[in-house]
Amino acid sequence: MLQNYTFVLILSGLALLVPVAAILLGHFLGPRRPNPIKNQTYESGVETVGDTWVQFRAQYYLIGLIFLIFDVEVIFLFPIALAYQRLSLFGVVATITFVVILLLGLLLEWRKGALEWE
Amino acid sequence: MQHWSTTLTNFFTGLGLPEAAALAIAFIIGATALAIFAPTLALGLIWITRKIVSRIQDRIGPNRVGPFGLLQTVADAAKLLSKEDISPTEADRVAYNLAPIISVFGVIMSTTVIAFAPGIIGADLHVGVLFLVALGSLGILSALMAGWSSNNKYALLAGFRVIAQLLSYEIPMVLAMLGPVLLVGSMRLQALSEFQSLEIAGFNIGLGWTAFVMPAVFLIYFISALAEGEQTPFDLLEAESELIAGFHIEYSGMKFAMFFLAQFLNSFFLGAIAVMLFLGGWQGPFVDQLPILGVVYFLGKSMLVYAVIQWIKGTYPRVRIDQMMAFAWKVLVPMVLGLILWQMMALKLPAPTWVQYAAILIGNLGAIAWIVVILNRHFLNEEVRTKRAFEPASLIGTMQPAPPSGD
Repeated sequence: MLQNYTFVLILSGLALLVPVAAILLGHFLGPRRPNPIKNQTYESGVETVGDTWVQFRAQYYLIGLIFLIFDVEVIFLFPIALAYQRLSLFGVVATITFVVILLLGLLLEWRKGALEWE
Repeated sequence: MQHWSTTLTNFFTGLGLPEAAALAIAFIIGATALAIFAPTLALGLIWITRKIVSRIQDRIGPNRVGPFGLLQTVADAAKLLSKEDISPTEADRVAYNLAPIISVFGVIMSTTVIAFAPGIIGADLHVGVLFLVALGSLGILSALMAGWSSNNKYALLAGFRVIAQLLSYEIPMVLAMLGPVLLVGSMRLQALSEFQSLEIAGFNIGLGWTAFVMPAVFLIYFISALAEGEQTPFDLLEAESELIAGFHIEYSGMKFAMFFLAQFLNSFFLGAIAVMLFLGGWQGPFVDQLPILGVVYFLGKSMLVYAVIQWIKGTYPRVRIDQMMAFAWKVLVPMVLGLILWQMMALKLPAPTWVQYAAILIGNLGAIAWIVVILNRHFLNEEVRTKRAFEPASLIGTMQPAPPSGD
């Protein structure tokens, strides 16, 4: 089993090497004539006004929160799925209750308007 | 079926090498093969995409460089190599340079658990499906890093759209992947592929696809995969008319090429995952007798799924962001949760296996019927709306005077 992860480790080293080598190669092969105008932020030829990192829509934050809830749920469901064949009646009822509670949570979010995108 | 590393190790120990060194050499050969396979595949994929899309648009497509224009992508890569590497002064240097590396890292790592044929898989991890999900999230991270660090308002807007779109569609996608895992009871990709065999009179025809048992779950996976792969109709991230290019607008030369490569490979691997989980993986006739045939079946099926994705790319218009988000959270998530619940109950029925599978199939067909009804109602409404917008003449005689307001 540990052998499998040795392979993953070796491949991850190579997977890092491929993009780094390509980018370095491009960096050294290409011309390098920087000037202040060229290095400006590109916004359709118009000069940038103000700071980029400003306040953004709270809706994105809300979607992130909802995602977090469901992602954790999925993480819990995978082990259950693996052991499902051997699960007792109690385990099955507990799992189904768990999913139903989350489904109700989704319905609540829906009713509260958290899923509306304006 | 023997794992490829065992065969290679035996070969090297046969040459007189010690066990550990032989294993190390075998692993390095295997890892190098996968790391070379992925970028080479991307060159082919870009060519296929351009050919398919150009045929749909009644063009010929690349046909100058090499036979059938096959070397066009190589020429493009060489051109990108010779381009100047511009990085804006305002950018956040660390995140800006790390983003393309991470995006390629994620897709190359995905090859680890791709089951090409019996015994031919980088590493048959016990958490294979979860590993793929985790690597998929790496792509989201790199897109956000690129969008945020470029210090460009278009890139930032695209970065936010990445978060909204990919996060929303990850939930139905991962839940749909849960379907086959629940059926098989294993997250090993080889186990999932082996499970999908179908023996008729002692001969394995390899058509025991899980997609036949759970067509609705497969469809949900496919739709979410389109969104996750940033493909039409969900390509809002690179809506040229709105965001110029998307989160990689400030990237040039090889760094841009890395994002390009990662995107094409990502959509291919999402198709390959669909093949492994739902369409039988390497299963096919005679694969038990000749395991290497599995590579042909697997790559053939994956290419077919990829071609369908490109077909959709050439055909469909882009959806609006509110339609997209509503479809993920109000249709796909409740539907896939309901289907998983149904499947859990069906699998605990005190009945023979085929009855359980029939119950799952009935639930899936019901879900498809339900979605057709919803879409039908939606399109009827749209039809009425567009008629009102474009054909006022058709409304003559149907208009009612405004009701009295009462004041």
